[in-house]
Amino acid sequence: MSNNNDIATNVLTEPGKWVAQYADYLYTYAYTRINDEDLAKDLVQETFLAALEKLDQFKGNSSERTWLTAILKNKVIDVYRKKSSAFAQKTDVAEAEREQQDFFDHNDGHWNVEHRPKAFGIEEQDPLINKEFNYILQKCLQKLPALWLSVFTMKHMDDQSTDVICEELRVSPSNFWVIIHRTKLNLRACLQKNWI
Amino acid sequence: MDELTKIAYNCRKATHLIEKKLIDHLTLREKLELKIHLAGCSVCRVFEQQSTLINKMVRDLFHPEKITELKLDEEYKKQMQERIEEKLNKH
Repeated sequence: MSNNNDIATNVLTEPGKWVAQYADYLYTYAYTRINDEDLAKDLVQETFLAALEKLDQFKGNSSERTWLTAILKNKVIDVYRKKSSAFAQKTDVAEAEREQQDFFDHNDGHWNVEHRPKAFGIEEQDPLINKEFNYILQKCLQKLPALWLSVFTMKHMDDQSTDVICEELRVSPSNFWVIIHRTKLNLRACLQKNWI
Repeated sequence: MDELTKIAYNCRKATHLIEKKLIDHLTLREKLELKIHLAGCSVCRVFEQQSTLINKMVRDLFHPEKITELKLDEEYKKQMQERIEEKLNKH
């Protein structure tokens, strides 16, 4: 149970203002990573409640927001782990290679004509200026299967080490590379389809 | 067909090496293979450029100043606020 002396005395943090200051931020953080509105809402609430319980652990070494985000991040990884354990068994390399035959010719490994990358036309500009493209990217990310999204965001958003990702999600190193490769092929194809 | 000729024609392997290069590092041999492939394959050059772009965008997707922040609905926020205050005021 909560230690209320700590709640009363920790002057480094103001839980009464958390919702106003951080709820949208944390919700966005969770939603971009798990693609489920209700679950993202729940995780934000759980984060605040968990933070209240461990208020005495907040020493002000990082900002309140960083501290809350770290708590949320662990909850997101728990979700990944649950979702991906069901997938992990099925994701064998042979299956993925069959799937890639959509993209590449089975015999020579060439791009199949209809899947050849075409220029987006924004490669040379600062892509961040382009909100619309960013929006499509988010939509395309949300179409990915849970395990792919987990692996991909842990690597490319959170910059986790490959070892940690494999361990947390119980993915073998060879499957890690298969997932990274196929995720990018799919994501790129989705961007091309929806942008050009 | 020797190995280098094979890679020169294999886009599947080249795109895999591109992903590996962006995250990890390539062995000397892999670097050479990729270089030879890209020299002759404009489609994979486009892929590499776009792949780099996508990684950068995904990385930046969550920079607070760049993101279009989603809004949590007000009703839910109110409920959370009440639960927090309830806990804070319990004693």
